[in-house]
Amino acid sequence: MATSETYAAGAAAAPKPFITAERVVYLLLFVGLVALPFFSKGFFVFQVTKLLIYAIAILGLNLLTGINGQFSLGHGAFYAVGAYTTAIMVEMMGVNYMLTLPVAGLICFVFGFLFGLPALRLDGIYLALATFALAIAMPQLLKLSPIEHLTGGVQGVIVFSETFDPDVPFGLPFDPGTWTYLFTLFVGVFLFWLARNIVASRTGRAMMAIRDNPIAARSMGVNVALYKTLAFGLSALFTGIAGALSAIAVKFVAPDSFTFALSIVLLVGLVVGGVGWLPGALIGATFIVFVPNFAEEISKGLSGAFFGFFLILVIYLAPQGAGGLLRAGVGRVKRLLASR
Amino acid sequence: MDLFLQQIVSGFATGGIYACMALSVVMIYQAIHHLNFAQGEMATFSTFIAWQLLAWGLPYFAVIPLAIGLSFIGGFVVERVVFKPIENAPVLSHIVIFIALFAIFNSAMGFIWDFSIKPVPSAFGEGPLYEGSLLSKHQTGMIAVTMLVLVLLWAFFRFTRVGLAMRAAAANPQSARLVGIRVSFMTALGWGMASAIGAVAGILIAPVVFLEPNMMLSILLYGFAGAVLGGLTSPLGAVIGGFIVGIVENLAGTYIPVVGGELKLPIALFLIVVVLVVKPEGLLGRRVVQRV
Amino acid sequence: MSAILEVKGLEASYGQLQVLRGLDFEVAKGGVTALLGANGAGKTTTLRAICGMIRRKGEITFDGQRIERLGTEDVVRLGVAHIPEGRGTFGTLTTEENLHLGAMTRPNNSDIQADVERCYGFFPRLKERRNQQAGTLSGGEQQMLAIARALMLRPKLMLLDEPSFGLAPLIVRQIFDILADVKREAGVSMLIVEQNASLALELADHAYLIETGSIVISGEAKAIREDESVRASYLGY
Repeated sequence: MATSETYAAGAAAAPKPFITAERVVYLLLFVGLVALPFFSKGFFVFQVTKLLIYAIAILGLNLLTGINGQFSLGHGAFYAVGAYTTAIMVEMMGVNYMLTLPVAGLICFVFGFLFGLPALRLDGIYLALATFALAIAMPQLLKLSPIEHLTGGVQGVIVFSETFDPDVPFGLPFDPGTWTYLFTLFVGVFLFWLARNIVASRTGRAMMAIRDNPIAARSMGVNVALYKTLAFGLSALFTGIAGALSAIAVKFVAPDSFTFALSIVLLVGLVVGGVGWLPGALIGATFIVFVPNFAEEISKGLSGAFFGFFLILVIYLAPQGAGGLLRAGVGRVKRLLASR
Repeated sequence: MDLFLQQIVSGFATGGIYACMALSVVMIYQAIHHLNFAQGEMATFSTFIAWQLLAWGLPYFAVIPLAIGLSFIGGFVVERVVFKPIENAPVLSHIVIFIALFAIFNSAMGFIWDFSIKPVPSAFGEGPLYEGSLLSKHQTGMIAVTMLVLVLLWAFFRFTRVGLAMRAAAANPQSARLVGIRVSFMTALGWGMASAIGAVAGILIAPVVFLEPNMMLSILLYGFAGAVLGGLTSPLGAVIGGFIVGIVENLAGTYIPVVGGELKLPIALFLIVVVLVVKPEGLLGRRVVQRV
Repeated sequence: MSAILEVKGLEASYGQLQVLRGLDFEVAKGGVTALLGANGAGKTTTLRAICGMIRRKGEITFDGQRIERLGTEDVVRLGVAHIPEGRGTFGTLTTEENLHLGAMTRPNNSDIQADVERCYGFFPRLKERRNQQAGTLSGGEQQMLAIARALMLRPKLMLLDEPSFGLAPLIVRQIFDILADVKREAGVSMLIVEQNASLALELADHAYLIETGSIVISGEAKAIREDESVRASYLGY
């Protein structure tokens, strides 16, 4: 995909002023998001929590697809693994929920890395097929009898079954919903910062080089196999942490929450936000959380069709997603200012 | 031993379903070198059309050609309207459109016919083929129809000019244009045929599993497994692959305690990953030998 | 002699890069015209532009009909057979299937099988290989197959792109002899692009020299062959 405008491999970093338009936008966004729970109702806060969680998952998918050029129709599976890791650790082992996040991330990294190994030999459509199969098989994998004592089989696992809510640490004066939201927000900001640094690092440049031209990357000495599996692992790590956060926020995991539909939703978010543009994850997540309600209001039962038509429209009219539109808009404004 | 034999036979029967779906997958792959992830939903849609026609009182022998014909036109139109404009777009765009179609068809079916399961009568009648037979009438008919479709396809590609033109368009689009073949028309034709075969598969499957909008999701996965196992370039391979998948699935369900009767999808995942890694061209897939 | 193909002001570009800068040339009916020039001069692009395989501007008149707006398939259907660089055989299909594909635009049940036999007459080697996958043929055999497939169209004009490319001198000789036969017996007009200028000038009646997308010299093949200065400065032999 032509995403080189956003993150061109090997672009020289010019010294920037400390205050840039981009930083101001991010700061305003952050302040707004922190302030949000103190001005709105509980259910809305819960929805924005979900939005942030989806954004993290989409961020992970974007690392794989946007930065490394590999496809996945099965990221819902990594999300599920993260969610179950947290649920099992909190419920069965009594571990503090905050400590489960790195574990969930690590397990998903390993899981993704291992799944990425066969994926090495698979190009484009075959990789899509393997991940498609993973997504479809995932609910049944979670029900398999040997792990039933952990996963709870069809019933799933209720998280925080004794306390009902994640405890707010240090006696902070927040209700659990607000705290879950803030916790998710801080984790999300940290992961976004991490993703940006990965993309700007040697590793990120190697991944983009592979995306743009695998043969040239190989001949320049990039270890293609290593970086492709690494991208899969990192991508799964992000998405897995999102899953873990969802277990904390929703307080319940069950196999049928992690069907193929979840993977579709993540892909929709990625495409709508803009493949290869990391902040697009937030826009994509906003779309997938709020548009279904809206679509349901237009026509009950046809929200799937609405999603589908919208996706087709995006591919036809704005194949770079919201990120592409934004760039085009900013470019136009800049030209307008310059021509004055 | 009896149990073993019975499982093989019934695996063979379910394999017929997968074989039919795998054929449809191979058709699309030949035409566009993609896997259509919405193919299962499209086949289910065709089956609903057949069900609706039956419900309106049309006899089976009229319903089948009608449903197949409508599906052919539907597949053709979907290619012309949705995919023609993005012919040269990157792979991700195609995958996204497949997923979009998946959502559209699935939701449209739920909207028109709701999500309750509907029994569909078999065109071949109920009961065993003969007294004490391991195969039912429907299972026998299913296997026979799959074989028939395979033979028809083979003859079409081998002996007709359109078949030859379709093969050429798939093998080398640029050269095909240079001999005057309308490549994009051939692609649409491939879509139509795949969709028609999908309709056949759906109508055969519905009496076994009940009709509902999600009927085909797992069957498509087995179809993919069969097609990949047999080789995505080979219709015969797809059919053989489909039967093997059916038998493996049945045996695993019976003899591997973990799997059990209901949870067989991981087998399809396992098969797909193993085949793609160990032998990506499949059992009968073609390895092109090119000397320059 | 009237022209079967007339080209006026032909321009074509790959993205930003303009490759053809207004070419004017023609191919006489029943004659062979050669386009000569160095690598990157725009010879292949000219053929591709005639067939509509790339975007082009200018006037292209084939057999009295303007074709610059037609797609590849439609140009072919008018009777233009293009034998592309790298031959473009269908590697997974058999030799005979390749030949039948050449006649794809002709009505069914016409004397297609007779034409297949006629092609085997020109190229006996292909007859031995008739049921073999075309991808397994040698380079020379594939070039023969490409020419034979073009003949199956019963073309009025053949566009040949580097028929000698990558082949041993002996095979090249054979192929050019056969092209001479084809010219004599079938009366097909040809536009041939070659790096091997001496060979092409032997076969051709008329020749054009292209340099960076423009025609610099045009004339009788014989005259160009004998012009020492042209040979030394452009053709390098």
